[in-house]
Amino acid sequence: MLLNLQSLTKTYHTANGEVHALADVSLSVDDGKFQAVQGPSGCGKTTLLLIAGGLLTPDGGQVLVDGKNPYALSPDERAGFRAANIGFVFQQFHLVPYLNVLDNVLAPAMASHLPDAHDRARELIAHFGMQDRIHHVPGQLSTGERQRTALARALLNRPKILLADEPTGNLDHDHADSVLGYLREFASDGGAVLLVTHDSRAVEYAQSVTNIEHGQLVPA
Amino acid sequence: MNVWRLVLQEIAHRKVNFAMGLLSVAVAVASFVGATTLLQADRIRTDEILSERKQQVEQAVAEKQQEVKQAGKQLEDAMRKITKGLGFNLLILPQDQDLNELHAGGTLSKTMPAEYVDRLANSNIMTINHLLPMVTQKFHWKEMDQTIHLVGTRGEVPLAHRDLKKPLQDQVPPGSMVVGFQIHTKNSLRKDQKVTLQGREFTVKELKPQQGNRDDVTAWINLAEAQDLLGRQNLVNGILALECNCATQDRVAEIREDVAAILPGTQVIESGPPALARAEARNKAKQTAEESLAREKAAGAAAIDSDTTNRTRLTEQREQVAAVLVPLVIIGCAVWIGFLALMNVRQRTSEVGILRAIGLRSVQIMTIFLGKAVLIGLIGAVVGYAAGFGFGVAAGELAPAEDAWSRLFAPGLLVLAVLMAPLLSAVASWIPAVLAAREDPAVILQAE
Repeated sequence: MLLNLQSLTKTYHTANGEVHALADVSLSVDDGKFQAVQGPSGCGKTTLLLIAGGLLTPDGGQVLVDGKNPYALSPDERAGFRAANIGFVFQQFHLVPYLNVLDNVLAPAMASHLPDAHDRARELIAHFGMQDRIHHVPGQLSTGERQRTALARALLNRPKILLADEPTGNLDHDHADSVLGYLREFASDGGAVLLVTHDSRAVEYAQSVTNIEHGQLVPA
Repeated sequence: MNVWRLVLQEIAHRKVNFAMGLLSVAVAVASFVGATTLLQADRIRTDEILSERKQQVEQAVAEKQQEVKQAGKQLEDAMRKITKGLGFNLLILPQDQDLNELHAGGTLSKTMPAEYVDRLANSNIMTINHLLPMVTQKFHWKEMDQTIHLVGTRGEVPLAHRDLKKPLQDQVPPGSMVVGFQIHTKNSLRKDQKVTLQGREFTVKELKPQQGNRDDVTAWINLAEAQDLLGRQNLVNGILALECNCATQDRVAEIREDVAAILPGTQVIESGPPALARAEARNKAKQTAEESLAREKAAGAAAIDSDTTNRTRLTEQREQVAAVLVPLVIIGCAVWIGFLALMNVRQRTSEVGILRAIGLRSVQIMTIFLGKAVLIGLIGAVVGYAAGFGFGVAAGELAPAEDAWSRLFAPGLLVLAVLMAPLLSAVASWIPAVLAAREDPAVILQAE
C-alpha cells in the first residue's frame, strides 16, 4: 500500500470560528490504483491532498507513504521525501512563469539528483506532445499545454504517488479528458493516483471513487 | 537545471527589479569609491602643490642668493667708493716719535709745541678739514685703582681760511670728563657724578658706549687741564687731522708734503678709520644681503605654510563630508535593496510554494534570493567602481589627465568593492530571503 491515511483530522481556527476540514478520514491507495475523491468546494478535498502530500501537518491521525510517515521527518528531510516519492498537479498549474517548458519540467531536478533528468524531461515533453513548445514560457501556452507541462514536471522524478488537485478545473472538455487519461495511464504503469475533484467525469477514469462531505468520506 | 540557472532566468524575466537593485549597489559603491578616489587625488595634488611651491621657493631663494651676492658686491663697492670720497684721518706727530710706542702701547711720549695747531690752522692748507690737538699718556688712576689712557683735547680748532663748520668732535669743557665704557662700568660711574683724578675734581659729562678698542679704557678731559696734570704746558703729543681730502692716488704723500712745508720736524701717518669704514661697509653690505635673503626665505616658508593650511583644510572638509555622506548613501541603498528583495519575495510567493512542494529545501530557497543579491552586488560593484573611479579621476583634476588613471587606480579598493558589495547586498536581502524560506507551501497552495 503506497498511501495509507488513517483517522485524519484537521481543524482550521478562523476569525469566524472553527472549521473542521477533515474529521476522522481514512483512505488508502495501492500501487496501480487511481483513487478519486469527489466533493463540492470547501468540503476538505485540498486539505486531504496537502496532508497526504506531506505539506500540511494533520491535527490527528497518521500518514504513511510507502510505509513511512513523512511528518516524522524534519521539514527539509520531508521536502527531500516529497521530491523522491510524490508528484503534484494543481488546478492553477503553478508553473514558474519565467522558465520555459523544458526548465519547468526540469525544476524538480533541483531538489534531487537525477542523472538522466534532461533525457527524462525531453521524453515526458514528447510524451505529452509538447515538443514544439519546449522553449515556450507558460505565458505563451494554452491552459491544456500548461497542465500537460505541470504533469510532465510531476512525473520527472518518477514518483510513486501522484496527487492531483482539481487538475481539470481550468480545462475544456477535451483537455480535461486528455489529463485524466494521462493519470489513468500513470496508474496503469504501477503508480498510485489520488485525485481530488468536483468533476463528475473523474468517475469514468478512476478505479475507485469516494465522496467527501463536510470533512468526512461517504460512499459514492 | 540548477538554482543558479533559475536565478539567471528570473533576473532576465524581472529586469526592472534587477536594474533597480543594481543601481542601488552601484550608487553605494560609486559613492564610496568616488569619495576615496577623490580624497586620494586630493592628497596627491597636495603633495604636488607643496612640492612645486618648495621648488619655487628654493629657486627663488637661489636666485635671491645670486642677486644678493651681486647686489652685495655692488653695495660694498658703492660703500667703498662713498667712504673713499668722504675722506680719511691723519695723525701729525713729532718727527722723533717712535711709532712702535704708539702701535704697541698706544702711548705717545714725544711732544711738539701747541702753537703748531694754530700755525696749521692759519695756513692755507686745503687737504685738511678738521684739527684736534691732544696730549695723551697711559696713566694709573689711583683713586679708581685702574690704568687708563688719559687724553686731553681742546676740541676742534677752526681753520682760518674756511667757513665755520659743525665740529666733528666737541670740546671737553674744563672740569668735566668723558669716560670710556670699561672705566664707567667697572666703577659704576653715572653722568654728572663727581670723580677725583690726581686730587682734582671732575664731573662726568658723558659715558661712552662700548667701542671694542682702546677708547673703552680712555678718559678725556680738557686739553689745558691735561697739559697741566701731565706737566706738558704748551705742548701736545699730536694733532688729529680729520676728514682729509685729496684727489690724487697717493693722497697721504700729498698731505704729508703740505704739512711738512708748514710744520717741519713732524711726521704724518694715516689713522684707522678708512679701513674701519671699509670693513663696516662690507659688514653693512653683508647684513643687508642676509636680511634680504632671510626675508625671501621667510616669505617662501609663509607661502608653503599657507598652501599646506589651505590644502589641509580642503582635504579635511571633503573628508568630513564623505564621512557623513558615504555611510548615509550606503545605508540608504542597503535599505532600498532590502525593500526590493522583499518586493521580489512577495511577487514570487506562488513560485516559492510550488518549489517547496516539489522538494526544494529551505536553504535552496534562500540561495535563490541570496544568489540574486550576490549577483546584483558583484555586477553593481564593478559598475559602481567604474563610475566612482571615473568621477574621482575627473573631479580630482590631476595633471596630466592620461596619467591620472594609473596614479589613482588602487587594486585593493577594487577588491574591497567586489568583496563588500555582494556582502552588503546579501545582508540587505537576508531578512526577505529568510521570510521566503519560511513560507508555508500549504498556505500558499491553498490560497491559490
